[in-house]
Amino acid sequence: MIGVILSLVGAGPTIPDFGRGSDCVRENGQFCMDWVVDNFGDQLLPRLIQHIELTAIAVGIGFAIAFIAALLAHRYHWVKTPFTAFSAFVYTIPSIALFQLLVPVTGLSWTSAEIALVGYTLLILFRNMLTGLQEVPRDAIDAAEGMGFTQRQILWRVELPLALPAIMAGLRIATVTTISLATIAAYIGAGGIGQPIFDGIQRGFRTQFVTAGILAVTLALVADGLLVLAQRALAPWVRYGR
Amino acid sequence: MDTFLGALEFLRDNPGLIWEKVLQHLQLSAAAIGVALLIAIPIGVGLGHLHKWSFLAINAANIGRALPSLALISIGLGFLGVGFVNVMVAMIILAVPPLITNAYVAVDQVDPDAVEAARGMGMRPIQVLTKVELPLALPLIFAGIRTAVVYVIATGTLAAIAGGGGLGDIIFNQPSYKLAGVIAGSMVITALAFAAEGLFAVLQRALTPKGIRGRETATDVLLGPPAIESAAQAGA
Repeated sequence: MIGVILSLVGAGPTIPDFGRGSDCVRENGQFCMDWVVDNFGDQLLPRLIQHIELTAIAVGIGFAIAFIAALLAHRYHWVKTPFTAFSAFVYTIPSIALFQLLVPVTGLSWTSAEIALVGYTLLILFRNMLTGLQEVPRDAIDAAEGMGFTQRQILWRVELPLALPAIMAGLRIATVTTISLATIAAYIGAGGIGQPIFDGIQRGFRTQFVTAGILAVTLALVADGLLVLAQRALAPWVRYGR
Repeated sequence: MDTFLGALEFLRDNPGLIWEKVLQHLQLSAAAIGVALLIAIPIGVGLGHLHKWSFLAINAANIGRALPSLALISIGLGFLGVGFVNVMVAMIILAVPPLITNAYVAVDQVDPDAVEAARGMGMRPIQVLTKVELPLALPLIFAGIRTAVVYVIATGTLAAIAGGGGLGDIIFNQPSYKLAGVIAGSMVITALAFAAEGLFAVLQRALTPKGIRGRETATDVLLGPPAIESAAQAGA
């Protein structure tokens, strides 16, 4: 390390200068493993954690809103069309545009990012929840009624458990989608793993944006895998051929 | 509110710029969709016809959804460099999975009785495919194309990061165009996404054979809705 610094001093500053580091880093090589090792702990890991937070909060809030809307739509049918239309409308707006359109309203902020991210989860979660609830076999509900269950008991002990696979499928899609969209949210200052991507591109430092990109893809695939496992653990009676 | 008014003024004052970027954007999107169709439709239709590898074909869309477009472009930037090729590769990677899944499901779920009847009439496999399976599968294949098109138009915005041009050039260049320009660009790309969605919805309806019009597709349930309808945003 000292040798490298000494040689840097000897050679004078290189332009662009990516600071201390190996020859690879100074020459902006294709991919410098040593930079990744040196900077994972203090540059990449915090961003990754931030990204998970950003995603978890968006999916959590989105889930709560969609859940209430789905329960309402399940009971009062007229709720379905306007809520679907609204969430489909939001869903079709390209994400970078929605983030930017929120900037004049809620600023370059975490809030703007979360509002958009929550908006994108609604369609997926709502439709899957409602489909799940509506596909509960009539016989199961009749049986529960025959056993003297109240409406509330039927909902919590028959309909929701039977709708669980569909709800989990929606949760999975919504989570992965949010992880993907949250990378772009870094552009309006929301942080997350998109931050080192944009920073790296701005500085022209290959290793940084490539590594962050790989981390984003990995995070999405790992989350997808974990949710599949959760799906199987929570609803083991469904055959998952896919 | 001032910002939005500013954006409208920007649109009024710069029609040439906007038009140029829209055209660039559409060209790039069309090229990507074209290549993606050439790759995905034969695979999806072929596998659906043979009823093989359903796991792979159906999961394609799930995996496609899991790939963040910005990350793909940034990885591509490292290995393919700045420019058209990188952006095309990223867009094609994102467009192919929903196309394969929809084409597969579309052909795979064609009523087996219809296929049996066609065989009984003495049709050869290729005739069964072109005269029975494809016409019946067309609406759903088109649903996949619609998804992919909206998806690619949205992703195309990120192309600017990798020097691919398009409306992203305005949206990602606040120093030159100010917030008004950025907002204006965002409005235009949003309008473009809705226009594409609407256009393809109409085309899809027009291409649906009369006999099966109005019939609901079972796939909504099979895949969970967004895989079919508008997985538009997954990564962009």
